[in-house]
Amino acid sequence: MAVILSNTLVSAGVFKMTVAFTGVVKPGQFFMLRAWDKDPLLSRPISVHDYESGQLTFLYQVVGKGTEILAKLQADDEVTIQGPYGNGFPEIIGDLCIVGGGIGTAPLYYLLRHYRDQNPIGKCRVYLGFRDIAYGIEAFASLADEVVLDVGGIITHKLSVLPGETVVTCGPELMMAAVANAVPAENTVYVSLEAHMACGIGACLGCTCETRSGNKKVCKDGPVFVREEVFNV
Amino acid sequence: MSNYLETKFNDIHFKNPVIPASGTFGFGREYEAFYDLAKLGGLCSKGLTLEPKSGNTGMRLWETPAGLMNSIGLENPGIDAFIENEWPHLKEIDTVTIVNVGGKDEESYLTAIEKLNAIDAQLIELNISCPNVKAGGMAYGIKAETAGEITRKVVEISRHPIMVKLSPNGEAVADIARACEDAGAQGISLINTLQGMAIDYRKKAVVFDNLYAGLSGPAVKPIALRMAHQVCQAVKIPVMAMGGISDWKDALEFIMAGATCIQIGTINFNNPMAPLEIIAGLEAYCINEGLANIGEVRGIV
Repeated sequence: MAVILSNTLVSAGVFKMTVAFTGVVKPGQFFMLRAWDKDPLLSRPISVHDYESGQLTFLYQVVGKGTEILAKLQADDEVTIQGPYGNGFPEIIGDLCIVGGGIGTAPLYYLLRHYRDQNPIGKCRVYLGFRDIAYGIEAFASLADEVVLDVGGIITHKLSVLPGETVVTCGPELMMAAVANAVPAENTVYVSLEAHMACGIGACLGCTCETRSGNKKVCKDGPVFVREEVFNV
Repeated sequence: MSNYLETKFNDIHFKNPVIPASGTFGFGREYEAFYDLAKLGGLCSKGLTLEPKSGNTGMRLWETPAGLMNSIGLENPGIDAFIENEWPHLKEIDTVTIVNVGGKDEESYLTAIEKLNAIDAQLIELNISCPNVKAGGMAYGIKAETAGEITRKVVEISRHPIMVKLSPNGEAVADIARACEDAGAQGISLINTLQGMAIDYRKKAVVFDNLYAGLSGPAVKPIALRMAHQVCQAVKIPVMAMGGISDWKDALEFIMAGATCIQIGTINFNNPMAPLEIIAGLEAYCINEGLANIGEVRGIV
């Protein structure tokens, strides 16, 4: 059980929850959250939006019964969190280009902040796409060298990757596929996949994805993969 | 250690009657981060087939009220890879080891069973009830006649005792259980998942590529309990019951219905500690009720 420090509305249907947690958490990892008994049955996999000084933050979108319950929780309430799970993003050396779409921007902020800590002079450019309303832009802007925003369009139309940049993308699968196809083969591209999960630890095989090297578990082998593993490019 | 929960399943000694169910526990490795697997009554492998299987395409999970539909499709590394990579690890764990085996036809069942003769498992759970594979699987398990036939052939060639895992989707389950007992099965386990269907109205399409899928979780418990009771009444061989057990009270109900052991399935997903909590709860129940052993309430209803 973790104590909720805050749980606030960020944008329409999007909430930011901060809980007390002590441990080692890598950018790109996720936790399984629940704050109910048996219905809904499963916990909800939510990616880490930020982690610093014992404060673990999740940015999540209300999409169903589970996230509706999470959204109603208040400071001092408790939530069960299991994790961190998943491989997380690798350490990025050199310049970074982040491409996020919608709630897929959630894990990318912690990645950016971690990158900034590790690479104070590295260049980082950020592309963020939203369907209707943008959120969280200022946080990215405070740490990035450049932020390109798109609302209602297709972010890959604006995307221009520089030689030597490592690209990290998270968002709707179609967007990630478009990024995977648009970025030159010379650039490394990491994608963070989303999947329905039951256990989050690799036991149920519910989140299996096909890769070039056979079936992989999004929860345990991922959620971060090199683009060539999971997209036909 | 007390012996409140010690249980005999034929001549197999279980330190307690709580075993994670096949398909919800991998080969145990994922749960070793949570607790010592030797605390479990037994371990049951993920469903194995002769050849490796990549499982079903498309959506594999769908939540329902207090339930979970799955369409994994027996994704597994195959018997040979299991014996080479998983068994050496599994056999070292100080608990009863059960190997779950499925097949697509008689030959694949029998070849798989023969290969398993090379290892020393304590029990084989013969899966004739998976609803998520097109060939074989549940096809054998929905009729007493075919269930009996495949059981007889497997029992003949296996050096392991055979426990047949039954489907809730076929003929009267007690008839199928009796046919398996007559064919030489040394135990029955039930229920596998209930076949169901999900439609995504927004997409105007079925959810699962395989059309139908298996429902498990607390939603199925009353049906599982009824079927376990019917089978326990119908056969003399021991029964390992499961279906929606989520706490020690559920487990106790199945034991009161006559089950010798119980398996813990879907609840592992939302509470990895569930099997240990159930063991602790059953033990506390024995102490509170003044029972020397949980067996004193077995089959009392």
